[in-house]
Amino acid sequence: MDNNQTIFDISRPNRFAGAQIPEMGSLSDIPLHFLRDSSPCLPEVSEIQAIRHYTNLSHQNFAIDRNFYPLGSCTMKYNPRGAHRAANQPGFLNRHPLTSVETSQGVLQCLFELQEILTNVTGMDAVSLAPMAGAQGELAGLLMIRAYHESQGEAHRDEIIVPTAAHGTNPATATMSGYKVAETKVGADGDVDLEHLKQVVGPQTAGIMLTNPSTCAVFERQIVEISKLVHDAGGLLYYDGANLNAILGKVCPGDMGFDVLHLNLHKTFATPHGGGGPGAGPVAVNGRLVPFLPIPIVGQRNNQFEWFGSDEIPNSIGTMSAFMGNTGILIRALSYALMLGREGMIRVAEYATLNANYLAKELEKAGFKLAYPDRKATHEFLITLSDETAKFGIRAMDFAKRLLDFDIHAPTTYFPLLVPECFLIEPTETESKEQLDAFVHAMSTMRMEAQTNPRQLLDAPHHQYRKRLDEVKAARELDLTWQPKSKKTAQTK
Amino acid sequence: MPFIPHTRDDVSAMLQSIGVSNVEELFSEIPSSIDRADLSAVPRGVTEMEMLRVLSERAKKDEVGPCFIGAGSYDHHIPAAVWDLASRGEFLTPYTPYQAEASQGTLQVLYEFQTMMSSLTAMDVANASVYDGGSGLAEAILMAVRCNRRNQSKKILICGAVNPFYIQAANTLVRGQGIELVQGDLSNGTYAIDLSEGEEVCAVVVQQPNFFGLLEDVDEICDWARTKNAMVVAVVNPMTLAVLKPPGEWGAEGADICSGDGQPLGVPMSSGGPSFGFLCTKLQHVRQLPGRIVGRTTDRAGSLGYTLTLQAREQHIRRAKATSNICTNQGLLVTAATIYMSIVGLRGLGNVASTCHSNTKYLVDKLCKSGLVKKTFVEPFFHECALDLSCDAQIVCDMLLRQEKILAGYALGRSFPEFQSSLLICATERRTQAEMDRFSETLLNACMSLARGQ
Amino acid sequence: MSDTPSELKYTKTHEWARLDDGTVVVGISDYAQDALGDVVFVELPVVGDDVKEGEEVAVVESVKAASDIYSPISGSISQVNELLDEQPELLNSDPYGEGWIFTISPTDSDDYEELLDSNGYDEFCSSEEHEN
Repeated sequence: MDNNQTIFDISRPNRFAGAQIPEMGSLSDIPLHFLRDSSPCLPEVSEIQAIRHYTNLSHQNFAIDRNFYPLGSCTMKYNPRGAHRAANQPGFLNRHPLTSVETSQGVLQCLFELQEILTNVTGMDAVSLAPMAGAQGELAGLLMIRAYHESQGEAHRDEIIVPTAAHGTNPATATMSGYKVAETKVGADGDVDLEHLKQVVGPQTAGIMLTNPSTCAVFERQIVEISKLVHDAGGLLYYDGANLNAILGKVCPGDMGFDVLHLNLHKTFATPHGGGGPGAGPVAVNGRLVPFLPIPIVGQRNNQFEWFGSDEIPNSIGTMSAFMGNTGILIRALSYALMLGREGMIRVAEYATLNANYLAKELEKAGFKLAYPDRKATHEFLITLSDETAKFGIRAMDFAKRLLDFDIHAPTTYFPLLVPECFLIEPTETESKEQLDAFVHAMSTMRMEAQTNPRQLLDAPHHQYRKRLDEVKAARELDLTWQPKSKKTAQTK
Repeated sequence: MPFIPHTRDDVSAMLQSIGVSNVEELFSEIPSSIDRADLSAVPRGVTEMEMLRVLSERAKKDEVGPCFIGAGSYDHHIPAAVWDLASRGEFLTPYTPYQAEASQGTLQVLYEFQTMMSSLTAMDVANASVYDGGSGLAEAILMAVRCNRRNQSKKILICGAVNPFYIQAANTLVRGQGIELVQGDLSNGTYAIDLSEGEEVCAVVVQQPNFFGLLEDVDEICDWARTKNAMVVAVVNPMTLAVLKPPGEWGAEGADICSGDGQPLGVPMSSGGPSFGFLCTKLQHVRQLPGRIVGRTTDRAGSLGYTLTLQAREQHIRRAKATSNICTNQGLLVTAATIYMSIVGLRGLGNVASTCHSNTKYLVDKLCKSGLVKKTFVEPFFHECALDLSCDAQIVCDMLLRQEKILAGYALGRSFPEFQSSLLICATERRTQAEMDRFSETLLNACMSLARGQ
Repeated sequence: MSDTPSELKYTKTHEWARLDDGTVVVGISDYAQDALGDVVFVELPVVGDDVKEGEEVAVVESVKAASDIYSPISGSISQVNELLDEQPELLNSDPYGEGWIFTISPTDSDDYEELLDSNGYDEFCSSEEHEN
């Protein structure tokens, strides 16, 4: 069978999944001008055709359940199935968001406990679970910083500092919250260039956004000095929780001097990435930002869990979603936290760091070049393939594509930009030594191929459902929706 | 050790390879002046069995009877196959499909989704989702401000009854950019334009069916907006578009941007999230569309394949000038929705929509026949309707929940103080005649007992 | 080594400019198009807009990057190259010819003379490369 088919190619007029069709209701009382004349392009297939189609498509995906995924900064660890089952119980799944608190004590207790746990592991004073992803957490954080400065009569502070190597979301979020972006340089050792930062900080500074370990995959050793520098200038410190897995249970952002942070529960707390979401991006704050937390928050009153909203938190920046963020993801994160427990949580950073340092060392022994050889790896590390590019004409992208043929997902490539031809490699704590060794073996094999048979890399991947895709054509000749063949031919010039 | 595979031998071999004597040494770059974490508020770990026992007890506590609330989250039937398929590890556990060759499954699903949403809304293109209906409205508004080159206004007119929860969230999300949302008059339940002559607005937001379940005269609103050089942002329930006129066909030129929440398409209510928001627009605005977009192209062997495209709009490339900061979206829910739309199909979605309408109409007619309650607004409504109970609607809701475990509806006074006695009800295709009859009886009894002053 | 015609003027943001009968034609340099890779879209300025020197007036997108185009001088946009709507690849194949982006009527024609000459621009590019 032609595996290029879309569900629309399989579709035939008047075919349907009989068991799934309720009786037709009457629309006779609705005036005709409100109704649709055209028929939408929805599939007309049988149930088994749909099931086969999507099952076959699922086979064309790499996934944590199938592959090692050393994707730097993304923390692709095992997503416990138990957490999935916990969240999929009817009482949770069927709960309408506007149900009264009396019949919601179960879910409210879960959210309350998660707030408590996250407050503790971040070393902050309070948590709001409202933001629906890391980027929304960042936005909530900057809106709180803005509200804080306004409350202090310092509304003129209009600049957010981000390191040049920061995640793209940081400057994008600063713009979304109405701030200007000031960049601070990163030094040769991967830490922030403190002298440059001193020039950038000033009375216009609203805050600085940092990831620690940084996007260069090293622990920012001057964090205490940076904190003092920015605080002395009246700015606040934002912690981008993308790399929290590196320090979970070891040190807390609150103890490094951060005022506000977001967590990516789909990274650190093992909720599944779902092929691009959903995530959850709770925010944690210290005392001075508590009055501005996004709502709702779960509180306790008269031995009952309750929603705290604008009555209890009148200076809140407001809601971030129609209801309560990605509650189903929050329940998964709690389930994971309960299974890990205190002692399990300490082990997260320890084993993630052990795995990364071991992998870095083994790759170095195999002849690969570490971007920061004098630094300890954190939960991840950077290698640069610039030597391989210079010697064999093989770029990091070629290695990445060839790696897929070894059933290993490519690491993060070309990020951060300041390290040329780089791989950002994050093995996570849930991978075994054998898996790490297999990765080193694959890398060494590819390096050999680069010398002896470079086409193996240049033409990779060879064993996936598709060869390398033409991204230039995709962007120049936009084909974003399926059209019936007759229509498509008619459109061709 | 939960989820960590290392044996003792592994650990010592690895430490030896690294050249350190213990794991603690790996953290030597963390300044010693920073306190080590104290996790005293984290309980001790438990097994999956124990965790599930605790969480099942809590979930059971929250189980209630039939749901007659809508207000943005709807109790629809979801075919068994939808989540059986969406919960496959291959859909549940991949990352964002940046490595296209290893992600053709997810990418094709997204392309099919874009096709279904564009067609349902009669727009040209759809993105691969935003977080929910609230953030969707916010992104639609930000997009309208970027797209509207005919006027410089940063004022957005909320025309008629748009979901108040969406407006609250959108207010939080767009305020930083100096955008102002202005609520139009609501007393009739549908739109009334009360803009002074000559006043400019960047965009008009209209919801169909509106928050009160009423059908707005969207053609007239669209055409009026054109005369003001304002963009039209449509907020819609995608399920209803199987039978209602789609935003792309509103008025002479259609809406410019269409957003909404995809929860009715195979996503459980789950306390309101995770669900997904969607955004559709005309081709001319595609470069201002935030979020991921999948395009079909060819591979080196000439086979059709899929890849993320137009990425120069996004934060990882455009940074401070990106269309949005969004990266993680609601991919898994989109997968479920795509499978849902395939299985119920063209005929199924139409019948779901018409049955939701006829069920709600049956219930409303039955209740109104009693003479004890009446419709708060004039018809036509679609699958939600506000009823004036002549008493405090919230008290009635509480009574029905306590006595019968029935979720009676949304007391409109919670969002609109002027409608304290109104209850917004909804009967989806899942509600049986027996449930509706029982609901009608208990609701009327509750109203009567309140009227008697009990 | 990229091509830098000596009859043109350049900016440090990699635009080239050519004085042509009182108006100034603007595009991006060969060096810039090479660094960007395959151009997939050009967002053109609006004819009639008044722009200042150094102001962002257009955007050039490739698959992996988006680059702002800054006006080399102050003036008013007099023409845009609409061919680029359909054939953005002209920026790659003929950056100094058919790949021109817009023309501008300068407020002060002396501004043109102050732009970098080809030697100055080449020097600037190689110093930038060394920094990386």
